[in-house]
Amino acid sequence: MSLLEGADLTKIYGDGCESCRARTGDSAGTNQCPVCGSVVACADVNLSVAEGEVLGIVGESGSGKSSLAETLALAADDGGEGESGSRIEGEIRYAGHEGNLLEVDYETRHRLRNGDISLVHQHVRDGLELDFSGGGNVAEKLLSAGWRNYEAVRERVRSLFEETEIPVGRMDDPTHTYSGGMQRRVQIARALANDPAVVVLDEPTTGLDVSVQARVLDTFRRVQREEGVAAIVVSHDLGVVRLLADRTLVMRHGRVVESGLTDRIMEDPHHEYTQTLINSVI
Amino acid sequence: MTETDRPETTPTDAVDSALESLSDDGLEGYNYAYLDEHTKREVRRSILKAIAVPGHQVPYASRPMPLARGWGTGGIQASLSILGPEDTFKVIDQGADESVNAANIRRLATETAGVETTTDTTDADVIQTRHRIPEEVVTDDQILVLQVPITDALRTVDSSDAANRRRHAHKNYGKMWVHLYENVVEWGEINIAARYPTMVAGRYLMDPSPIPRWDVPKLDDADALFVFAAGREARIYAVPPHTAVEPLAFEDRSFQVERFPDQACDVCGSTDTYLTEVDDASESAGSTGSRGGIDGSGGSRGGIDDDGGSDAAETETGSDAGDDGRRYVCNDTSFCHKRRSNPDLPRDHHLDRDDVDWGPGTTAADRGGEST
Amino acid sequence: MSEFESAPASTPLLAVENLHKTFDMHALGDKRVVGLEDVSFAVERGEFLAVVGESGSGKSSLLKCLYRTYEPSSGRVLYAGPNGTVDLASCDDRTVIDLRTKAIGYTSQFLDEIPRVPAVDVVARPLHEGGMAVDAARERAEMLLSRLRLPEALWEAYPATFSGGERQRVNLAQAIAPKPRLLLLDEPTSALDPETRAAAIDLLREFLDDGTTIVGVFHNRDVVEAVADRVVVLEDARVREIGPVEAFDREVIA
Repeated sequence: MSLLEGADLTKIYGDGCESCRARTGDSAGTNQCPVCGSVVACADVNLSVAEGEVLGIVGESGSGKSSLAETLALAADDGGEGESGSRIEGEIRYAGHEGNLLEVDYETRHRLRNGDISLVHQHVRDGLELDFSGGGNVAEKLLSAGWRNYEAVRERVRSLFEETEIPVGRMDDPTHTYSGGMQRRVQIARALANDPAVVVLDEPTTGLDVSVQARVLDTFRRVQREEGVAAIVVSHDLGVVRLLADRTLVMRHGRVVESGLTDRIMEDPHHEYTQTLINSVI
Repeated sequence: MTETDRPETTPTDAVDSALESLSDDGLEGYNYAYLDEHTKREVRRSILKAIAVPGHQVPYASRPMPLARGWGTGGIQASLSILGPEDTFKVIDQGADESVNAANIRRLATETAGVETTTDTTDADVIQTRHRIPEEVVTDDQILVLQVPITDALRTVDSSDAANRRRHAHKNYGKMWVHLYENVVEWGEINIAARYPTMVAGRYLMDPSPIPRWDVPKLDDADALFVFAAGREARIYAVPPHTAVEPLAFEDRSFQVERFPDQACDVCGSTDTYLTEVDDASESAGSTGSRGGIDGSGGSRGGIDDDGGSDAAETETGSDAGDDGRRYVCNDTSFCHKRRSNPDLPRDHHLDRDDVDWGPGTTAADRGGEST
Repeated sequence: MSEFESAPASTPLLAVENLHKTFDMHALGDKRVVGLEDVSFAVERGEFLAVVGESGSGKSSLLKCLYRTYEPSSGRVLYAGPNGTVDLASCDDRTVIDLRTKAIGYTSQFLDEIPRVPAVDVVARPLHEGGMAVDAARERAEMLLSRLRLPEALWEAYPATFSGGERQRVNLAQAIAPKPRLLLLDEPTSALDPETRAAAIDLLREFLDDGTTIVGVFHNRDVVEAVADRVVVLEDARVREIGPVEAFDREVIA
C-alpha cells in the first residue's frame, strides 16, 4: 500500500487548449504548446511513495520537477486553482486522508501541510522567515499545530536542532545571521517538527558549497531513516538522488520519461535522454 | 469636500469668501448628528454585523470628517450614528476628559446631536474613548466606542492585509504565536505594551486598540457593548456583551497586566488603578499642551490641577516622589477625581452587585491582596 | 532464521532461466551491445557458486542482473523466498527493495561513497536501521572490521580518505553484516593483501556454514579454490560450462 500517490498529475500555466498535451512533452521536444502558448509544467505524471521510502525526481531545469514537487506538497494555496493562473488536474491520494488531496478545502490542506506532508523549499526565503530566530521558524510549525506550552516548544525545538546538527546555542539568533547550510538545516528541522509522513525536498542543495551539501544530505539521510519518514527528493543533481533515493523518476519537458530503482536508472538507463543525462555527469 | 453637495453659487476662486458665505449658516442645513442618514445607516448596519460576528473586522464606507483621519474619525462616525437626543455622551482621550480633542468631539456631538455630555463614567450612555477603558465598571445600558488606529492585530507580523484576511478566515494564527514566542525568547515574558492580541469568542484574533494590558481583561464577559471603529482603515468590529475575550498567552507564560509596585496615585492615593508616570519638570513648567499629544497624562493632570491648584502644588512639593521628580497618578481622571473625595470608593460602587470582575484590582480578593 | 525452512529444500534458492541482457546505446546510433545471452543455471541453498570468465565475458553484468541493478531484457531469475518464489527479473521495484533490505546483499569493488560517515557507522547503520540496537550494531560492525583486519585507528575515520584495500574491507563488511540469505559478491577481494584475503575467506566460510548462499565473481583463483563449491564459466556473454570446482583447471578459473 502506497503512502502517497499521484495519478495523471497535470499542471498547466496559461489558458490551455485541446492541443496542449499532444503537442508538448518529450516527443514534441518542448513543454510550451505551439497552439495556445500555455506551458505544460507537467502532464500525466503517475507516481507513488511507500512508507519510509525515498523517491527521487531528476531532470534539468524547466523539466517540471519543481512544479510537480509543489503540487505534491499541496503548496498551491487555493486548491485546484494554482498560483499565477495555473491549473492543476489529476489526483493525489494519501493514506491518511480519504479522497483527492487536490480537492480538499483550505483548512484541510493547511492541516495536512502542517502535520502530514512537509515541503523544504528550494529558496530559503520561501520557507523561512529570516527575521525570526531559527528556533522561532521551527516553533511556528509546533505553534500552528496547537502547542501552547512555551517550555515544551523550547524543548522540542532544541531536540530538533540537535537532531539536524544545528548548534543549539544559535537557536535564538535571527535566521538571517545563519550560514546557508544552517538555514537549510533549519528548514529540515522545521519540516520534521510535527513528525510528518512525507517530506518533499525541492533542490535541497541549491546554493550550498559542495562540502556543505554533503553534510546536509547526510544529516537528512540519517534523520529520514531514523524517523522512517518518506521523502520525495527533487534535484537536477544526480548525486543527490543517488545518495538519497530508493527509486527515481526522470523528467523531461513535463513528462516522466523513465522510472525505476535508482541504481538501475544510474547504471542501466534505457531512455535516450536518461543515457545522455547520466553520461554527461560521468 | 463632498462634490455633490457643493453649492453652485459658492465662488470657487476665493476661499475666504467661500468661508464667509458659510459663516452665517452656522449649523443650519446640517443633518441631525452631523452625518447624513445614509451614512448613519451604513455605520449602524456595519455595527450590527460586527456584533453578529464578534471580533471580525467589518468594512464600512467611512466618510471624511471635519478633522484629520487618525484623530478619531471612526469613533466619531460610530458615536454620532448611535447617539440619540436623550443620550448622555462622554469622551475620553487616554483616560482624560479634558484633552482638546476630547473637548472638540464632545462639542461636535452637543451642537449637532443635542446630547448632554458628562465626564462621569457612570452617567454616560455612550462613551467614546481613545486608548483606555474606564476604571469604573461599565454596565449593560452603556456602549463604549473605541477609536482604532490599526485594525488588524496580525499587521505586526505581516504587512500584507490580503494574507492576513486569509489567516483570519481560516483562524490561522501561527505567525502571531511565533511573535509571542520570540517575545518570550527576548524578554523572558510576553512583553507587548499595548494592542495586546486577543481571541474573541475563540474565533477571531482582535486588536483591542492601543489600550494598556491593564484594560484587556475588562473586555472579557463584560456587561457593556464595545464597538471598535477605525476611520482611516474603514473598519468596524465589536465585542458584544458577555463575550469571551482571551489574551493570547502560553500555558506557562501567562498574560500579565502592568505592575506598579509600591506606587499609589499621587493625587488620590489609589493603588488599584492604572497609573501613569508624570515628570514634574515639564509639569511645573506648565507646558501641559506639549505632553498631551504624546501620552495624554500631562494634559489630564493639567485638568485636575486646575481644579484644585493649591492642593496639587502642596502635594508636589511635599510628596514622597523620588529625587528624579517623577510621580505616579491615576490615568482615569474622572475616577481619580471621585476618589479624591472618597478614597475607598469601589469601582462597582454604582452597581447593585459587588465583586464585579472588571480588570485588575476590582474584586474583594484583589483588594485584600493589595491591602497587605 | 525460520525463513530458511519455509521452501522445500529441493528447490534451488536461485534459478536463472534463459537470461538475456542487451544495452541499446541511443547516443551511438542505437547500437546494441549484448551483455548476457541465454544464461541459465541454478544455485542451491548454502552453496558458493563462483562466476569466472575473461574480462568482458559478462560476469559483472550477470551479478547486476541478479541484483536488478541491470534490468534483464528477457528470461527469469527465480528466487525462492520465504513467502514464495519471486522473479527478480520482472517483479516490481518495491519487492526488489524489500528483498535487498532483508535477504539479498551485494557488493562491488567500489564502495558507494557516503560522505562524512565513519567506517564503523557505514557498517553499523544499516543494521541499526534494520532494527538492531545502536550498541549491538556498532559492536557487530567493529567485530567484522576487526576480522577483516581494518586497523582500529580507521574505524572512526571517513572511508573517503581510505586506500582501495581499506575501502574494500568496509564495503565487504557492510554487505555481509546483516547476514543476508543470498550474497552477490563482485570481486570484493581484488584489492586485498594476502593475509586480509585469507581473513575474508575465513569469514565467508563461516557465513556459508551459517546457511548463506553466495554467488561471487573473484579475480583470484586461490579464493575460488578455497571456498567455491561450483563454478560457472562465462564466455562472450554465454555460459560455456558449469560444474564442480574440482572439474576445472586452474587456468580456467583464473
